[in-house]
Amino acid sequence: MINEVGHFALILAFILACVQAVVPLIGAARRDVALMGAGQMAALGQLTFVIIAFASLMHAFVVSDFSVTNVAENSHSAKPLLYKISGVWGNHEGSMVLWVLILALFGGAVAGLGSNLPPTLRARVLAVQGMIGVGFLAFILGTSNPFLRLYPAPSDGSGLNPILQDPGLAFHPPFLYLGYVGFSIAYSFAIAALIEGHVNAAWARWVRPWTLAAWCALTLGISLGSWWAYYELGWGGFWFWDPVENASFMPWLAGTALLHSAIVVEKRGALKRWTILLAILTFVLSLLGTFLVRSGVLTSVHAFANDPERGLFILGLLVIATVGGLGLYAYRAPSLRTGGLFAPISREGGLVLNNLLLGTAFATVFIGTLYPLFLDAIGAGKVSVGVPYFTLTFVPLMLPLLIVMGVGPLLSWKRGDLAGALSRLRAAAIITGLASLTIILLNDGPAYAIIGITLAIWLITGTLTELAERIRLFRTSLGSSLTRLRHLPRSAMAMTIAHGALGIVVLGITAQAWKSERILIMTPGQSTEIAGYTITLEKVVRVPGANYTAERATLLVARGGKSIAILYPEKRRFTNPPQVTTEAAIRTTFLADLYAVIGEQQTDADGKEKLSWTVRLYHNPLVPWIWIGTVFMVLGGLISLTDRRHRVGAPRAARTQPQTSPA
Amino acid sequence: MTMAKPPHRVLTAKRRRLYFLLVAAITLGGATVLILSAFEDSLVFFLTPTDLKTKSLQGNQVIRVGGLVEKGSVRKRDNGMEVRFAITDLNNRVKVTYRGILPDLFREGQGVVAQGQIGIDGVFAASEVLAKHDENYMPKEVADALKKSGQWKPRAKNKGVTPAMGAKP
Repeated sequence: MINEVGHFALILAFILACVQAVVPLIGAARRDVALMGAGQMAALGQLTFVIIAFASLMHAFVVSDFSVTNVAENSHSAKPLLYKISGVWGNHEGSMVLWVLILALFGGAVAGLGSNLPPTLRARVLAVQGMIGVGFLAFILGTSNPFLRLYPAPSDGSGLNPILQDPGLAFHPPFLYLGYVGFSIAYSFAIAALIEGHVNAAWARWVRPWTLAAWCALTLGISLGSWWAYYELGWGGFWFWDPVENASFMPWLAGTALLHSAIVVEKRGALKRWTILLAILTFVLSLLGTFLVRSGVLTSVHAFANDPERGLFILGLLVIATVGGLGLYAYRAPSLRTGGLFAPISREGGLVLNNLLLGTAFATVFIGTLYPLFLDAIGAGKVSVGVPYFTLTFVPLMLPLLIVMGVGPLLSWKRGDLAGALSRLRAAAIITGLASLTIILLNDGPAYAIIGITLAIWLITGTLTELAERIRLFRTSLGSSLTRLRHLPRSAMAMTIAHGALGIVVLGITAQAWKSERILIMTPGQSTEIAGYTITLEKVVRVPGANYTAERATLLVARGGKSIAILYPEKRRFTNPPQVTTEAAIRTTFLADLYAVIGEQQTDADGKEKLSWTVRLYHNPLVPWIWIGTVFMVLGGLISLTDRRHRVGAPRAARTQPQTSPA
Repeated sequence: MTMAKPPHRVLTAKRRRLYFLLVAAITLGGATVLILSAFEDSLVFFLTPTDLKTKSLQGNQVIRVGGLVEKGSVRKRDNGMEVRFAITDLNNRVKVTYRGILPDLFREGQGVVAQGQIGIDGVFAASEVLAKHDENYMPKEVADALKKSGQWKPRAKNKGVTPAMGAKP
């Protein structure tokens, strides 16, 4: 019964989305307040019904109602509650309902909180949101009904892929979706602005917090996914340039460029057309990401088995959003008045360079990800683009970006003084030089790694220099500097934190050049050395778990003859569905991780099990900094959201972020 | 661009656009060079055992070979650190040698993709063996390879284990 209510609610939401897509547009064209207001009611109604549908689906998963096909195929009664809940979006149908839920939440937020927007703009934004809703609700109802009944109901479900039964992954998709779908607001605002025919600072002030909120969620989502891959997959790596990872990274790059160009629109009224284009592009890339993952066209190491009909549907939506958006852009953008002249050397110039480099970096990822699909489509053979491609193209483009990031924030708007900025960076340059010299002398590593570390230190010291300049550190009394620090605009503080955090991330990534790795076969009692640690395999025992049995190894870690830790890596065998997962044991000091994985038990020529196991050990210096850095980046974004101008200009906009996380 | 000294006269929009285009051209040109040179080194073609028989390869070309691990072909040597097996598309087979740890899901009769080079002796020396899919699932290339060799038997619909977007291998 509850399932039918859920299905019915989805249909009602679809009808309301249709109303929302059309009526406010007519209202805005006729300046009819009642028709424009209907858009808000429709958006809030759509939100209500999608919440009902999502709650019904969640109910089916929590009570393990196996008469629902989706639950029977993806859940199991013996699963812990957390994974019953995360099972809702751990499958295709449910994840699309989550997608639409987040879309409706954002639409509802514009309807409920956008009272200070010009009424025609709000009506048009809601109409575009409605159109996106129509597309995706039709997709769910037509091809991916999550409430499909199964008769007769099986006595138990097939279970969720055990590799996904993990707290890190339980929250990875919702955050990723918050990011993807959050960019729909930027898209809707861009389309609405093109219909309106003008873009002003108020427009930018509205778009920026939404983009920022979406960006924070996407950053966190990508970071969670990477962290999960690191501890769960047992390869000791954190990023594999896998097509599915790239699918989430491309909108991130475009969204980051958008965040920065929106600042120029807001402060200087320049780069309007470019910002509109980026807003369209960012959401189109989010749709592309959805398409790539949901259609199964990618030859990825991921196990996605999907049917091509769904792929075609999303491809259709992607084409409509792209052609419609870009077509309208081509038609209307020339009439947008741009203002704000600036010299090449200026804050604007720096931000243009930022956009150029991020855009180019995005293009290299795009080509590397889609080229195999393109070749396959024209029948020219199957290829894969390996990790070396990305390190050879993406990384060199990031180097100038890191250099410019150290200087750009010190340039003033309109016309900057490069010589002045560089002279203020003298201390930063000296510290950077000394630090990299120390690294070369102490720890000679590959040249690219030393360049990476140097640039990261440059970025951090450069960013701190900018902060010191703002609070006039050492130029006035310490007390007055502290007062200045307290009264610093939140957005300035946010930039310092986010840029510095990127420096921390780069340090963490580059330090992997010094990682050590050991793969060997060990028998109990045997010892080995890695990075100054002595690791002894004490024993391997079989331990029963909640819905699996594990082979658990006991590894004694000693340093300088003193025992310091015990690691328990596991190999877990699940029965529902039958699968083996690897549980790495990690000992972190925040300066380095000691990472251990237990592999297969060895067998002799007759297939009899021997008392020896493969063991993989990694020592990864600074690796936790990658995720700590991303958390600080997100923190920077959140602080920027609380900036006074968002609270004053748009009273409650900043508060939508925490509210949008799905229950 | 960071090197150019700001001219002390008012910049016209045209002049500004010129600067912008110049920097854009340099960046995009540089990226194109990077992409083309990187493609040369890191494009890896996927072949089936049948393709290997029929197509000629440049010496030392890194390729991927996919198919099923032939039943009864897996041999371990050197205390398990070296593995020899054969990949088959059920029409042709290719011998593979690999030093290292096999993925958790490597099994006889299961789909597998190996990356490496063909040696002079005709044995495929794998540097990487990929089998990162669940037990009911076949890598897309392997399924296509089997379809090509006419040996594809559609299995029962797989369990629908579709991790949400962005899930890793």
